[in-house]
Amino acid sequence: MSKKLVVIGAGMASGRVLEHLLEADKEAYDVTLFNAEPRGNYNRIMLSPVLSGEKTYEDIVTHDADWYEENGVTCRFGEHVTQIDRERKVVVGQNGEVAYDKLLIATGSAPFIIPVPGKDLPGVIAYRDLEDTNAMIEASGIEGGKAVVIGGGLLGLEAAAGLKARGMDVTVLHLMGHLMERQLDEAAGYLLRRSLEDKGIEIKCQASTAAILGEDKVEAVMLQDKTVIPADLVVMAVGIRPETRLATDTALEVERGITVSDAMVTSDPDVLAVGECVEHRGQLFGLVAPLYDQAKVVAKTLLDEAAEFEPKEVATKLKVTGCDLFSAGDFAEGPGREDIVFRDPARGVYKRLVLEGDVLVGAVMYGDTADGNWFFGLIKDKTDVSEMRETLIFGPAYQGGDSLDPMAAVAALPLDAEICGCNGVSKGQIVEAIQAGSTDLAAIKATTKASASCGTCTGLVEQVLATTLGDDFVIPAPASICGCTDLTHEDVRRLIKSKELKSQEAVWQELGWKSRNGCHVCRPAINYYLLADWPVEYQDDPQSRFVNERKHANIQKDGTYSVVPRMWGGMTTPNELRAIADAAEKYNVPAVHVTGGQRIDLLGVKGEDLPAIWADLNAAGMISGHAYAKGLRTVKTCVGKEHCRFGTQDSTGLGIKLEEKLWGSWSPHKVKLAVSGCPRNCAEATCKDIGVVCVDSGYQVGVAGAAGMDVKETERLMDCTTEEETIEVATAFMQLYRENAKYLDRPYKWVAKVGLDWVKEQIVEDIENRKALVERFELSQSIYQKDPWAELAQEEEAPKFAPLANLTLEAAE
Amino acid sequence: MSWIDIGSIEQIPVRGARVVKTKLGCIAVFRTAEDEVFATSDRCPHKDGPLSEGIVHGTSVTCPLHNWVFDLNTGEAQGADEGKIDTYAIRVENGRLMLDAAVMERSAA
Repeated sequence: MSKKLVVIGAGMASGRVLEHLLEADKEAYDVTLFNAEPRGNYNRIMLSPVLSGEKTYEDIVTHDADWYEENGVTCRFGEHVTQIDRERKVVVGQNGEVAYDKLLIATGSAPFIIPVPGKDLPGVIAYRDLEDTNAMIEASGIEGGKAVVIGGGLLGLEAAAGLKARGMDVTVLHLMGHLMERQLDEAAGYLLRRSLEDKGIEIKCQASTAAILGEDKVEAVMLQDKTVIPADLVVMAVGIRPETRLATDTALEVERGITVSDAMVTSDPDVLAVGECVEHRGQLFGLVAPLYDQAKVVAKTLLDEAAEFEPKEVATKLKVTGCDLFSAGDFAEGPGREDIVFRDPARGVYKRLVLEGDVLVGAVMYGDTADGNWFFGLIKDKTDVSEMRETLIFGPAYQGGDSLDPMAAVAALPLDAEICGCNGVSKGQIVEAIQAGSTDLAAIKATTKASASCGTCTGLVEQVLATTLGDDFVIPAPASICGCTDLTHEDVRRLIKSKELKSQEAVWQELGWKSRNGCHVCRPAINYYLLADWPVEYQDDPQSRFVNERKHANIQKDGTYSVVPRMWGGMTTPNELRAIADAAEKYNVPAVHVTGGQRIDLLGVKGEDLPAIWADLNAAGMISGHAYAKGLRTVKTCVGKEHCRFGTQDSTGLGIKLEEKLWGSWSPHKVKLAVSGCPRNCAEATCKDIGVVCVDSGYQVGVAGAAGMDVKETERLMDCTTEEETIEVATAFMQLYRENAKYLDRPYKWVAKVGLDWVKEQIVEDIENRKALVERFELSQSIYQKDPWAELAQEEEAPKFAPLANLTLEAAE
Repeated sequence: MSWIDIGSIEQIPVRGARVVKTKLGCIAVFRTAEDEVFATSDRCPHKDGPLSEGIVHGTSVTCPLHNWVFDLNTGEAQGADEGKIDTYAIRVENGRLMLDAAVMERSAA
């Protein structure tokens, strides 16, 4: 007579167990199957296509009523199991008991609901079963409905894509820095984010949910930073935890999941467990492949055959139409691990292989996942890849010959293969251009436009040149910003504008940065370019600035700082001088120096005293002089016609107006101005970045002077007739410099590169352009013209200047 | 090994550092973009530059005075420069920064 098997939970894992069991021996057991859901086994993985409308529930049913009947399975669907009594060997359901000889627990997992206020409001749902899916489909029927998905993992993103496909406005909130951080590295996470954003899904990373708001139903989600996002539907997809309540109640051994042996047996030899509810060798399971392996073992154990579950590498694919991604194995960085990376940001292709010794241990692919299974095979089989390493990333198509080299891979490309994705240039076109006489990169750019846009195919173009020309071609090394990139400053500035890159992450990823987040050479430059080109969209990053611009003071060689308050046009008052004197005494400033820029420098201030001395100077009406900034420094003036018998105009007044207009703006390098009241030039205006010399008829505006490493007289940009015109021209010049110069080029170096004639075309001849430049400058100033001292002297900021902890004091206690 | 709670990881800016004063001198505590933390001597062996004020990139820091670059894992100067900074054990536990208490014992001795 058959033994009695009771199965709790009709999911994919237990479903597979039954298939194996019944196939091997249909008579071995009488099976009773409990399921809390009022239906049998269906393919839960395919809920996403049901949500998006690509499939229906009927399409994804695995075992229908006929199947259960044919196989003699007693179904108790829609009935909760309330207790397992192991002494009496019975399972207690809501509608009565069932005795067992063997029990299989397959309770799966429960969604993790983050414990925030409002989590129980109607309209907040998880995404685990058909009920949830139907609830989402119903909610998406609201005209202009808004959905917020909490969790940017596999499930959350599939939910988001499905809801978007059903016409909702969807925002995804993700706690971590990039999407699917368990399956993807940052680079692939970025590309995924971009393609989801292209679909119209809004993504917020590092977004921590504070509360779900609403009266009778959900109305909005509030984040920790107080951002409120309206929502008609909130989907929680932050994670799952094994459903172990029944096992715990009956005192089976439970860690995070129900502990099982290699034979899938729990701490009770007559009770087995399978699926997402188990913990095996400290590991939990969420993907289907290992669950199917477990199911095979369970079936054998039930039939008294020896079997052991051995976890294997698993691969993940995201089922969102148009987002092609694949990840397998372990791709964390670590000692002894090496990366092989292939990027083509213009096509949205990214592949990363992680090697440990001669073995492939992980693979992440985005955009082109055709070779994913081949790589997955190499990982599973621990194949020695040392022989094919050089061409490994090109996939199986390039393996098999002897002594392959990367050049051969390029040589092997057919003539119609696309080399430059931006401009759609094929290898054949480049070869033709080479044969027609374009024998270097610049010439190829000029004749075919290949590598003339995003520039990431530059290496490929050079390889085509090399394979076509043979020994005649030497790959040149252009002067890149630093070791983190092959691009020049000019390339990067142009790309930030043309590709609308508005964050550091966008620059690193889209331009294929070789380091994770730049270095001390490139990062300050990138930070400047972004804030200059996207003042509204980009948020200035103090951690990407040199210490002086972060501390708003100049670091001295002994680690102390110098403090220079602004003196507008070099004018001061007894009151200001008194406050400076008081501050110098109060903070034991060892040296007070009058600068060449007509102001006073307090030298030797301790870092932790900075907020206090600023607060004192602020109280006397003074603000930062930005004496540390790559930005506007000073406007030096003479006393002008108010006092001087030779003065022709109010040079002091004009200087103050210029300083008031330009202060607080960041630029590629420091900018110094001067206004002299007559050609005797007491303010030394003719060696400044912008210098104005007043004459009887008006104002001579000169630019691109220097009095530093080089000494150079200014060149006349324009003669103006009014103060207003002078200020407009000076402002337009400042903005033109801000938008175009290379980081750390003073204006004279930049003008030498672009030519004064070009500058004149932009500012003198094209008055509309001049006004547009001024407008853009003013937009930037609306954000950046603020006193950093006042901000940093605030209560919440000031403590950051002090040590984090002082352990010398504790030791003394 | 025992540990001293010196504060919360949130008190250090991402890709930044803060200083902890000890009798051994100042220790710089760094937080990388990936929220890894490192503790090293705050003095550059070249000209005593305060490393806690340097730019943090990857798991390296650049001295603000003369751009020496140190690997925070090993304390070794990178590139052509030769030198090494002391490194101290530190870990994060529930968001708290736990510094190797040996820095106290050594100072008490």
